[in-house]
Amino acid sequence: MPGLTYSAPTTVDDAVKLLAGSSGLAKVLSGGTDLLVQLRSGRMKPELIVDTKKIPGIMDIREEGGAFVVGAATPGAVVEAHAGMNKAWPGVVEALDLIGSTQVQGRCSLAGNLCNASPAADSVPALYAAGAIAVVVGGKGRREVPVEQIPTAPGRTSLAKDEFILEFKFPPRPPRSGDAYLRFIPRTEMDIAVVGCGISVTLDEKGVCTAARASLGAVAPTVLLVKEMSDALIGHTLDDATLAALDKAAQAACKPINDKRGTIEYRTKVAGVLARRVAKIAFDRASGKTVKAH
Amino acid sequence: MAKQYVSTTINGETAEYLCEPQQTLLDVLRDVVGLTGSKEGCASGDCGACSVLIDGTLVCSCLVLGVEADGKSVTTVEGIAQGEKLHPVQQKFLEHAALQCGFCTPGLIVASKALLDANPNPTETEARYWLAGNLCRCTGYDKIIRAVMDAAAVMRGEAS
Repeated sequence: MPGLTYSAPTTVDDAVKLLAGSSGLAKVLSGGTDLLVQLRSGRMKPELIVDTKKIPGIMDIREEGGAFVVGAATPGAVVEAHAGMNKAWPGVVEALDLIGSTQVQGRCSLAGNLCNASPAADSVPALYAAGAIAVVVGGKGRREVPVEQIPTAPGRTSLAKDEFILEFKFPPRPPRSGDAYLRFIPRTEMDIAVVGCGISVTLDEKGVCTAARASLGAVAPTVLLVKEMSDALIGHTLDDATLAALDKAAQAACKPINDKRGTIEYRTKVAGVLARRVAKIAFDRASGKTVKAH
Repeated sequence: MAKQYVSTTINGETAEYLCEPQQTLLDVLRDVVGLTGSKEGCASGDCGACSVLIDGTLVCSCLVLGVEADGKSVTTVEGIAQGEKLHPVQQKFLEHAALQCGFCTPGLIVASKALLDANPNPTETEARYWLAGNLCRCTGYDKIIRAVMDAAAVMRGEAS
């Protein structure tokens, strides 16, 4: 790796200028739990690494009028220790918590997980389901982008060369809302999702779903936001017919590959099963129950 | 690219070094600073043998750049004992013979200390999940967990 430069700017403007001024590949460093592995293996040969962690606020969580704003590089362990995020977005927290070991949790971030753009990224389906907004900064200023518009293909994002994510906005939670994330792996820890599923719902006073977002991971080249799954939930209570419709919609959305973690047929079947389980947890949480998913 | 100057604290003492931007903290600790307690098992964040604390947070030093340690406080396995007095986790690893080849031991000592700092009274399940990122190919983990649980009891003043 001849000629690699590392820089840790303390302002957004400086970071953007550095990224814009790089003639070769420039990479943004948050926790580095993916980037350092890619550097070591030689898969990624950047000329410049811009470490964003010294930008004020990028490692913090704040509440603004019922909405939570999570700094892009905030480590998983910090998000998991945040009482407000646990209460409002238990699905996001449990999804982030599934990434790697305790050691990885000390570093891994939502922005890194999203921008690494793996279809199997654990926190990403939960972010999609939550309707989180990525605040993107770059040479043209600041723009707010729905998270599902960031990854475009495995390892690729819609961000321009001089752009990076500064923070994530989680919208205020209406009453009777809940979210959940489950992944299927053949063991209990430290593995990559065969399938992941995130669902967020809001219910009315009778338990009828009034709003829903649902997503699947590891069943397509990118994480999928699946409108047909939301449609199967909205206007219904979570009875057997609703669950069957949700299962069917999840399976229909799958476009997986065969690999060592699972076959097309297996992944498709598991997507339906996970969707049922995740919906039950999300509905229970929306009904005020404290449910431990993992 | 010229080497970069880093000023940091390692095991409580001020340390300064020059390193290449792509050098990991693990490489710097072992090859530049000369602290070879932290081991390189996988160099990809999977095995935990290089575990260190940065400002009290448990991380894999193979997943941190050496330059990122600037202005931080790093604790390696060499900084766990207090002078000649072993930390209870180290003492209990010896008493329980919680190692065979010993390659994973430095990482497990650091990770176990971090666990007991964060949670003085862990259940066995909590201890096993916390240490899931520290791979040991010899012991089968049973003696390690016994040592950690025993060390926790000692630190709570419930055993000796």
